[in-house]
Amino acid sequence: MMRPGTEAELAEIVRDATGPLRIVGGGTRSVGPTGGEAVSTAGLSGVRLYEPGALTLVVGAGTSLGEVETVLAGEGQALAFEPSDMRGLLATTGDSTIGGVIAANASGPRRIQAGAARDFALGVRFVDGAGEIIKNGGRVMKNVTGYDLVKLMCGSWGTLGVLTEISLKVLPAPKSRACVLVYGLSVGDAVEVMSRALGSPYEVTGAAHAPVGVDGHPVTMLRVEGFEAQVAYRAAEIAKLAGDGAVIESDPDKVAAGWAWVRDVGALQGGAGDIWRISVKPSDAATVVEAIGAEAVMLDWGGGLIWARMAEGTDLRARMHVPGHATRVRGGGDVPAFHPQNAGVAKIEAGLRARFDPRGILNPGLMA
Amino acid sequence: MEMPKPDDMILNRKDAIVAALQEVLPSDAVIHDAFETKAYECDGLTAYRCPPLAAVLPASTEEVAAVLKVCHRMGVPVVPRGSGTSLAGGALPTEDSVILGVARMNDVIETNYADRYIRVQTGRTNLSVTGAVEEDGFFYAPDPSSQLACAIAGNIAMNSGGAHCLKYGVTTNNLMGVTMVTMDGEVIEIGRAHLDAGGLDLLGVICGSEGQLGVVTEATLRILPKPEGARPVLMAFNSNEVAGECVSDIIKSGILPVAIEFMDRPCIEACEAFAKAGYPMCEALLIVEVEGSEMEIDAQLAQIMDIAARNDPVEMREAKDADEAGRIWLGRKSAFGAMGQINDYMCLDGTIPVSALPEVLRRIKQMSAEYGLDVANVFHAGDGNMHPLILFDANKPGDLELCEAFGADILRLCVEVGGCLTGEHGVGVEKRDLMSDQFDPADLEAQMRVKDVFDPAWLLNPAKVFPLAASRDRRHA
Ligand SMILES: Cc1cc2nc3c(=O)[nH]c(=O)nc-3n(C[C@H](O)[C@H](O)[C@H](O)COP(=O)(O)OP(=O)(O)OC[C@H]3O[C@@H](n4cnc5c(N)ncnc54)[C@H](O)[C@@H]3O)c2cc1C
Ligand SMILES: Cc1cc2nc3c(=O)[nH]c(=O)nc-3n(C[C@H](O)[C@H](O)[C@H](O)COP(=O)(O)OP(=O)(O)OC[C@H]3O[C@@H](n4cnc5c(N)ncnc54)[C@H](O)[C@@H]3O)c2cc1C
Repeated sequence: MMRPGTEAELAEIVRDATGPLRIVGGGTRSVGPTGGEAVSTAGLSGVRLYEPGALTLVVGAGTSLGEVETVLAGEGQALAFEPSDMRGLLATTGDSTIGGVIAANASGPRRIQAGAARDFALGVRFVDGAGEIIKNGGRVMKNVTGYDLVKLMCGSWGTLGVLTEISLKVLPAPKSRACVLVYGLSVGDAVEVMSRALGSPYEVTGAAHAPVGVDGHPVTMLRVEGFEAQVAYRAAEIAKLAGDGAVIESDPDKVAAGWAWVRDVGALQGGAGDIWRISVKPSDAATVVEAIGAEAVMLDWGGGLIWARMAEGTDLRARMHVPGHATRVRGGGDVPAFHPQNAGVAKIEAGLRARFDPRGILNPGLMA
Repeated sequence: MEMPKPDDMILNRKDAIVAALQEVLPSDAVIHDAFETKAYECDGLTAYRCPPLAAVLPASTEEVAAVLKVCHRMGVPVVPRGSGTSLAGGALPTEDSVILGVARMNDVIETNYADRYIRVQTGRTNLSVTGAVEEDGFFYAPDPSSQLACAIAGNIAMNSGGAHCLKYGVTTNNLMGVTMVTMDGEVIEIGRAHLDAGGLDLLGVICGSEGQLGVVTEATLRILPKPEGARPVLMAFNSNEVAGECVSDIIKSGILPVAIEFMDRPCIEACEAFAKAGYPMCEALLIVEVEGSEMEIDAQLAQIMDIAARNDPVEMREAKDADEAGRIWLGRKSAFGAMGQINDYMCLDGTIPVSALPEVLRRIKQMSAEYGLDVANVFHAGDGNMHPLILFDANKPGDLELCEAFGADILRLCVEVGGCLTGEHGVGVEKRDLMSDQFDPADLEAQMRVKDVFDPAWLLNPAKVFPLAASRDRRHA
């Protein structure tokens, strides 16, 4: 595995490459082609600048997620988009890197309220497929100077360029949190309750439903965060909205553990089969769950995100029948991992790949 | 400011071009009379004017596609237009271009409260999007001060922001999907009512592309439940440094206000003279607003005032009710109008890291003395987006040029301290030639490649965003 220690070395490796390159952050993902020569970003690590008073952090792309989170926690701040730890679900090891998280636009439960990884990426430096070093965005929160290639790089899975440095907007970590729990709901009723909560002014920062919860029964979870009095007030209001039988959990450890379980898709860990991640509008969730015939499902984002474990090789998309998209995050077979795009979008995507990676050497075929 | 020389081949074919447009649009939707096209000669950057060859006002995505097919076939540049409030000259035409205005396309297509989105045609004004949902307790968060007039079309093209973006983000954070027509007339659907459109984040790159990648005709926007309430506190300080420290302390304490606005002495004085808001006379004013229930607001304002108290404020005023809140906001909201009363002014919008605030204000003051032009500063302090207003006299020969040179120096300073040329108004023609101060050739090349993909012939709003010299070969290819 090649391990450039500087951006310039990386650029040289890419320029001189004669065949495909496989970009490796922490290596915690499990889909995509395994061919090509591996290039590790581990040497491009370290905190370059952190200004807590301006809510900005600039880090090398190979910095481990753990290190980033520790540095932020030191100032009572955090990555608001709550990236998951997928090692349990994907049966992988290693430490995720911030570059891998941004390349995957990986966001957890708080995405529903705070936004996705792409919403917190302020600037990037990257090496494109021709070995050219490019910067875009910056380290300030408001910036419309030129095209937003930062967003384009987020979620491009290393197919348009290798990220070397990332500027992030960070937020204060909530001081306190509570969870409102409702047991025994059907998927349809759960989505209805979650929509009601998310349509309230109480800033629900997590809304998830597991038909089979930790104790084997259906559980719907609504999270509120803030300062202590605020959390108590909001949890009580949400409990009223959620209806009879809603209970409030305010033990900090239990709340944290519950949401880590949601974030890391605990309900689907273990067991054989393919893992799918489906994005639909929440009110379509019940229909989709009904239609796909999964072995196990879990809903996040108020129903807008469905995690499903399917029998190996199933073409889940053929059963979806609603607008949205589905990605297979674990498993193989003939069905493509990434959702095929409509013709107009596919043409533009192909054009962008041809311009940013003219030789087709960066993670070739990964998103196809 | 230089614009490309109009293409005589196009000017000479005006009749044929107009006839072809009339074939695909109702007759009242094609404006070509020299008197009437004057209405489209400029946007909010009124120092630059040029009537277009013609203006068209399609009423549907199909009509937009038909217009673009005609212009594509005939090789005519197209400048998309929403409400024409751009302060960067984004909607400024050239003599050989067709203005494509989406003002007739202003319907609400769908509202969905359970899934919290609204789908609109993009000619709809920003404020009327909120207007369509507010009775049901929802709002559309990005709120540019021009929201009464500006259209969602322009908001998407400029990735516009507002006073509340510290908490709610700007347009790109609230956009879920678009219908867009590319220059060759193809209609493309990107995203919809689900989160994070699959594949590459094309939505992210279209937002903020200043009408250069396609004409956006419909948009799905995220709507949010209205907060229970909001109230500001006003805090006066004896130096910019201390006010800047206070902002940083508030943010570090873990509170996330919805807005932190900053005004310096020249701005306070002008607002006082104009709006008589009763502001204390001091070097720097902060207005900090928080949201929530009464209890939540009280608790947060108390904490903010505690922090401010440690920074030696001259005065603090907490708004106890809507009336007092209104009075605190009155001066800030009339800042631009107040400046307009005194003088002609140019509004800049560079962004800086918040920590650089005192240094930047000090250097602006120095430059102001050197150029002999006064500057007042209003500032979205939470996010570092500055709005220095340079006062000049449009009737005095040379003053506009002097003002522009001063403005350019301020923007270079923003870049030098780690910020950028524009936080929300966009590059347009105004900052086009400063782009090389922020970006290396390779950075600009990467951005222009994106336009190559969407608009290979460079017909859509071609002479904007990139320095003319950098885009010349592409525009003439
Ligand atoms: C299909 C799929 C969907 C996922 N969805 C989510 C989700 O919704 N939420 C969530 O929290 N997590 C999600 N994950 C997990 C997510 O992949 C990881 O959180 C993160 O990518 C791991 O970082 P890593 O450093 O281990 O990346 P790796 O496993 O090393 O790489 C992940 C991908 O990013 C690329 N990459 C890595 N570093 C760089 C770089 N510096 N520049 C450019 N490209 C780079 C790799 O080539 C690879 O394609 C998903 C994983 C998969 C496989
Ligand atoms: C008094 C005043 C206050 C302002 N305050 C703010 C503020 O607080 N925050 C802020 O961000 N901005 C502000 N602005 C700037 C301006 O209002 C915004 O840039 C706004 O989004 C422009 O919208 P518009 O509909 O008027 O667009 P226009 O001026 O018509 O066009 C702007 C750009 O959008 C492109 N465009 C228009 N329609 C389309 C379309 N359908 N498809 C693709 N591209 C299109 C144009 O080509 C042009 O490049 C202010 C302006 C004024 C005059």
